[in-house]
Amino acid sequence: MAGYILRRLLQAIPVLLGTTFLIYFMVFAMPGDPLLALFGDKTPNPALLEQLRQQYHLDQPFIVQYFLYLGGIFRGDFGTSFSGEPVADILARTFPVTIRLAIMALIIEFVGGVLIGLVSGLRKGKLFDASALVVSLIFISLPIFVIAFVAQFIFGIQLGWARTTVSTGAPIQDLILPAFVLASITFAQLIRLTRASVIETQSLDFVRTAYSKGLSRRRIIPVHILRNSLIPVVTYAATDFGVLLVGATVTEGIFNVPGVGRTLYQAIIRGEGPTVVSFVTVMVLIYLVVNLVVDLLYGLLDPRIRYVK
Amino acid sequence: MKINRYGIGAIALIAASALALTGCASGGGSTDSTASTASIITANGSEPQNPLIPTNTNETGGGKILDSIFAGLEYYDAKGAPQLDVAESIETDDSKTFTIKIKPDLTFTNGDPVDANSFVDAWQYGALFSNKQLNSYFFEDIEGFSYEADSPLTGLNVVDDLTFTVTLNEARSDFPLRLGYSAFYPLPKTAFEDMDAYGQNPIGNGPYKLASDTAWQHNEKIDLVVNDEYTGGRKAQNGGLTIVFYASEDAAYADLLGGNLDVLDNIPASAYSTYESDLGDRAVNQPAAIFQSFTIPERLAHFGNDEEGKLRRAALSMAINRDEITDVIFTGTRTPASDFTSPVIDGWSDSLEGADVLKFNPDEAKKLWAQADAISPWSGTFQIAYNADGGHAEWVDATANSIKNTLGIDASGAPYPTFAESRTAITDRTIQTAFRTGWQADYPGLFNFLGPLYATNASSNDGDYSNPEFDALLQEGSSTADSAEANDDFQKAQEILLKDLPAIPLWYANVTGGYSETASNVQFGWNSVPLYYEITKS
Repeated sequence: MAGYILRRLLQAIPVLLGTTFLIYFMVFAMPGDPLLALFGDKTPNPALLEQLRQQYHLDQPFIVQYFLYLGGIFRGDFGTSFSGEPVADILARTFPVTIRLAIMALIIEFVGGVLIGLVSGLRKGKLFDASALVVSLIFISLPIFVIAFVAQFIFGIQLGWARTTVSTGAPIQDLILPAFVLASITFAQLIRLTRASVIETQSLDFVRTAYSKGLSRRRIIPVHILRNSLIPVVTYAATDFGVLLVGATVTEGIFNVPGVGRTLYQAIIRGEGPTVVSFVTVMVLIYLVVNLVVDLLYGLLDPRIRYVK
Repeated sequence: MKINRYGIGAIALIAASALALTGCASGGGSTDSTASTASIITANGSEPQNPLIPTNTNETGGGKILDSIFAGLEYYDAKGAPQLDVAESIETDDSKTFTIKIKPDLTFTNGDPVDANSFVDAWQYGALFSNKQLNSYFFEDIEGFSYEADSPLTGLNVVDDLTFTVTLNEARSDFPLRLGYSAFYPLPKTAFEDMDAYGQNPIGNGPYKLASDTAWQHNEKIDLVVNDEYTGGRKAQNGGLTIVFYASEDAAYADLLGGNLDVLDNIPASAYSTYESDLGDRAVNQPAAIFQSFTIPERLAHFGNDEEGKLRRAALSMAINRDEITDVIFTGTRTPASDFTSPVIDGWSDSLEGADVLKFNPDEAKKLWAQADAISPWSGTFQIAYNADGGHAEWVDATANSIKNTLGIDASGAPYPTFAESRTAITDRTIQTAFRTGWQADYPGLFNFLGPLYATNASSNDGDYSNPEFDALLQEGSSTADSAEANDDFQKAQEILLKDLPAIPLWYANVTGGYSETASNVQFGWNSVPLYYEITKS
């Protein structure tokens, strides 16, 4: 087990190097001079521009810039943003906020999705199942920004139940509405996946055996049906984590959450290479860790899966 | 993406019923924070792009903070007229050498005195080549300034503690008018010890000061409290100012409607059609010091500095239905242009000779275009380049269509994905079409709209326009001490522009904003930023 984890962690190193290289290259290849955009519609003096280029190493060829950046990371220096703040500080400030938001969304999605999916699967073809189907269809077909604007309009402005945007420090009660919105993108998929999985498991031999042994439904449903239905659902929820981080960019913009998505978006617009690369790198890292955790979870859900060598 | 009201209603209905069905309607805690902090004004802003150093801040996100925490020699009132702030007097005989006296006994909020050296040192710092300050060009008229190497401003001389003189390279009648701009703010001695640290926690002498040394919470907000030691004309009438940073104007607007924001100075385009009914008499829509145009470089075929070029430029200008576009596309949040400056600027006129060329006149446009065709027949497409990340597509397409329908030629927009990309193509002169241009004034003077844009070899003369007659009139206006006479010269210079049309004036952007029910005395300054210090809150 420990050897397996170690191997997985070692595999992460080339993945990380590859992604930073690719992302850095993409930021570098973005057409246009980010420093020129700093001056708005005014044209700066060429000599001043040249000096600024040197300061941010933008006068160097790509590969030199990349290694300067990489060298900095090994010294714990992620570079600085145009506003003079160390990127490491920005990372430390924004990631907790987005992770809090993503975990809240994941919990809402998982609890809601699995419960509704389970009930739907057990009552296949009944009224509840049919209405859940309709609702999930609606959510699947609506883009997230529509859901976000509508939720903000109804619950924030019309009803006044929630703050329209998230206040400083992103307290949990302010994040409830954005988390629901964020969860809604994958929530519907999860209902349908759980439902299908439950229906399939229900017809398997060991479930019929359990019924014929005379076990109660209260024991069969959670232990026999649900547990065995969860394996595809857990995999899906993990890949979801990536979708949630991406969806956070839209949601955070609309609800003004001072998290990763909003900062990353701003950095891309401003062409701040070090900020963009550092953020994406940490996101990749999180994604790798989450996938590792999921692989380990399989073993808990299905003892037949073992990690040897 | 625009969502109209009916659309919202329909979607809302679906979403509401959906949420009710699943029973997952959220009950987020509503946190109304107005009770304990009644007199603190909250306003919208954006994360400053640069450290908060006056000579290094050239955008509004940082600018509105600096204007609140610093007091310069003068400030601009709501009409854009300069009023003395720290200065006791600014005197000159020839518009070339200025003697500036400072009011006695003024201090920064850390106790450092505000004296002649606070200004001279700050300006020297801002102008020094190796300091790479974004606003260094503001000092280019002062003797000794260099863009190539480190060279002290020899034109600055400290006479005594409270007096210094400024000598310019040549006469500039509007120099005193510029002194209210943030690049000319003073700096305390402590700033020079560690400019990086100072930029994160600036110490000023203005109506407000930072609430603590961590008041600037990056990407979230900045908390300002009243500076009781400030004695100038901008004394704060409220208990403080919190500027919340928004990534999108839509979020800020939602907060205004939701009661979390007191003043908003930029209505998002998606709300143009509804904000006046949403806010009633709390909606603001007035012209601002922002001029929008498109520039046709002279190097383009058919648009050279000759008879044909002039005919074609005039024809294009008369082919654009500015009234309809500002009405339909911008729902009245732009004002059709009648010159190259802005109605909020002293000396502006809507009856310049030749301003008819800015009126929609399809018959005359067709006639002029045909005359140009007689000189050299037109072929190809007329294109206007713009950056697609700035919400320009709609009006560029409308303008191109107006040209197309009137003149019967092919016309279209030419989008560049990002602002950086379009600016790069414009700056290195690789662009082979007309392109969108805009100008927001740094200080309220006619010259600021003309000199940097159309004078021969001027820094932002992106179309490489050059006309000795125009240059001479600018020069004349600049060397006149009397401001009315100077404005007269600038207007004559504009009349030349109306004939040559290096850029086709389109409209002035309005400032669109609004405020909450609890805020009163909300007035917007000439630069589209509310005068925060005047606002009171019940």
